[in-house]
Amino acid sequence: MSSSIETLVNKEYAYGFVTDIESDTIPRGLTEETIRAISAKKDEPEWLLDWRLKAFRRWLTMTEPHWPNVTYAPIDYQAQTYYSAPKSVKPLQSLDEVDPELLRTYEKLGISLTEQKRLSGVAVDAIFDSVSVGTTMKKELSAVGVVFCSFGEAVHSHPELVKKYLGSVVPYSDNFFAALNSAVFSDGSFVYVPKGVKCPLELSTYFRINAADTGQFERTLIVAEEGASVSYLEGCTAPKRATNQLHAAVVEIVALDDSSVKYSTVQNWYAGDENGVGGIYNFVTKRGKAFTNAKISWTQVETGSAITWKYPSVILQGDNSVGEFYSVAVVNNHQQADTGTKMIHIGKNTKSTIISKGISAGKGQNSYRGQVKVLPKAENARNYTQCDSMLIGNACGAHTFPYIEVANPTATLEHEASTSKIGEDQIFYCKSRGLNAEHAISLIVAGFCKEVFKELPMEFALEAQQLLGISLEGSVG
Amino acid sequence: MLKITNLHATAGTKEILKGITLTINAGEVHAIMGPNGSGKSTLAQVIAGHPGYEVTKGSIEYQGKDLLDMEAEERAQAGVFLAFQYPVEIPGVTNAYFLRAAYNELRKARDEDEVDPIEFLDIMEEKLALVEMDATMMQRSVNAGFSGGEKKRNEILQMAVLEPTLAVLDETDSGLDIDALRIVAEGVNKLRSPERSTLVVTHYQRLLNYIVPDHVHVLAGGRIVRSGGKELAHELEEKGYDWLLEPVPA
Repeated sequence: MSSSIETLVNKEYAYGFVTDIESDTIPRGLTEETIRAISAKKDEPEWLLDWRLKAFRRWLTMTEPHWPNVTYAPIDYQAQTYYSAPKSVKPLQSLDEVDPELLRTYEKLGISLTEQKRLSGVAVDAIFDSVSVGTTMKKELSAVGVVFCSFGEAVHSHPELVKKYLGSVVPYSDNFFAALNSAVFSDGSFVYVPKGVKCPLELSTYFRINAADTGQFERTLIVAEEGASVSYLEGCTAPKRATNQLHAAVVEIVALDDSSVKYSTVQNWYAGDENGVGGIYNFVTKRGKAFTNAKISWTQVETGSAITWKYPSVILQGDNSVGEFYSVAVVNNHQQADTGTKMIHIGKNTKSTIISKGISAGKGQNSYRGQVKVLPKAENARNYTQCDSMLIGNACGAHTFPYIEVANPTATLEHEASTSKIGEDQIFYCKSRGLNAEHAISLIVAGFCKEVFKELPMEFALEAQQLLGISLEGSVG
Repeated sequence: MLKITNLHATAGTKEILKGITLTINAGEVHAIMGPNGSGKSTLAQVIAGHPGYEVTKGSIEYQGKDLLDMEAEERAQAGVFLAFQYPVEIPGVTNAYFLRAAYNELRKARDEDEVDPIEFLDIMEEKLALVEMDATMMQRSVNAGFSGGEKKRNEILQMAVLEPTLAVLDETDSGLDIDALRIVAEGVNKLRSPERSTLVVTHYQRLLNYIVPDHVHVLAGGRIVRSGGKELAHELEEKGYDWLLEPVPA
């Protein structure tokens, strides 16, 4: 690999700063007491504590999965801290009451929570370590009946909805990390869009891990009633720390008849340094259930984390339901990603699309793992899968693990895959036309990822391109 | 205008250019001919700044600037253009986007305002006609899935848009049928001007029937072994290259 590419793909992580703020942290370790303490801090009802404890007991019987194509030292779950919150956070009447230090943190990250400067057309919920520090645009949303608040708040304001849907798509027994999350989750976002309502704003949650050795276990629940539609985006960053931090989130989407949910992720957790020291372990379970004529679309741009283990999936429960997965995953230095999707076709005439773009640089290892399953009653199910890998340099790797299970002969499945390499020739070609190498790489990568970027909400497409530029260096002009 | 002095260049450990001296004045068209492996394409790529070659001796001066001290993109911004022998594909990036990005980089380098996509459309319209290309070409990915002829025409289109002061055409005629050759050559001829210098690298005399050079140089074994006027090209066509080749020391 030429020195020009090498220097360009190794740019410093810009979000690695630490906010100096007093935290309320519970002691390290994980026992039933830890869970009771978390539940008590959040003043939760009995049923939720019971649910957490059931999840914890189940978790104790489970073993960490080692089938992903990633390697890392054993995680000591007793050495982690499971709850940390900025001390100043109390129930807030308005964003004016948010600790200025926190507001400055989000300003630095390019997320403005202050009323005057906020991005028009976007409502933001900001999660700092374990708790939500503020949600913007609440008034505008409540006018049409949309609920957008922190999970903790929803437990108190809409207990019947939370009780009805929590665990309905990802049961606490689903997998090791989902069980852990169900036991210790601290906060997250809650979205409810009533029948027939088209949510007038983009909803966005911004996750920030600050405290050291603290896991972030957020839980997000999105419910779209019949005929409703909503577009939701999450962004993530963390400080640079020499130890690995655990992030095990669960996202559940319920898309009732004729509804549509679009969920976009721009994930830029700290990835560790160039020697692979530090970084976030991102073990996430994301799944949606689409009922009759409903549509769930996942779009993700994953550039951060030391290790990523993530398969946003759709259960195509109802007839004519649609599932989509658009993904860009970038690994550089020693990053490892094992990511993809599951599309489970249950209803008739269900349709799924998978577009996956993996970019590997440095010593990064990128695996696509995808499952398409067509059950016996899924007449005329259709799937299209396209899986492309791009290699930058000679020390990285790209792997593809497609699993296809078809139990109905009327199904139509297509799978396409390609692997390409950014060459010195492509870069020289661009340079000979007056573009510098940085510009050239981001142009080539943006071209490669185009089919995914066009699925992002407009406001964020540029941000994602820029993020990709930072990860691999270069900004897209 | 372009002054190459005693230029030596290597690829890996192999010396390919062994002392090239050549001056091209403004408005002149020079042709570099020579057998395969003589170093013609290397010379073109070294002028443009390809990172695969190392210049071990000599200099390239262009409009008073030391080209060898400049990155490839700085050379492009200074007015140097290389039409590639094998144009590179960039999937997913439209020709329109790519060309406008390049056009704006050159404008920025001259402290001029960038043009927006709408303004750029107007500029393109005229240039497309020059190489008889359809506007739909602009929405296709750069060179991806282009035929050989389309790729070469696309190079000339880029040249027409970027308006270099030094154009280096590296075997632009290779792989072209007679119609495409005519279109490409006419495109180049229309861009001839008293301010623009052109260096045409070719294996065959055929292209020089269309683009008539002021000077012809024969490159062999990394050195210019003969220079002359346009009639030298015809002589080569008749006699081949052998009579010019010196015995190569073992």
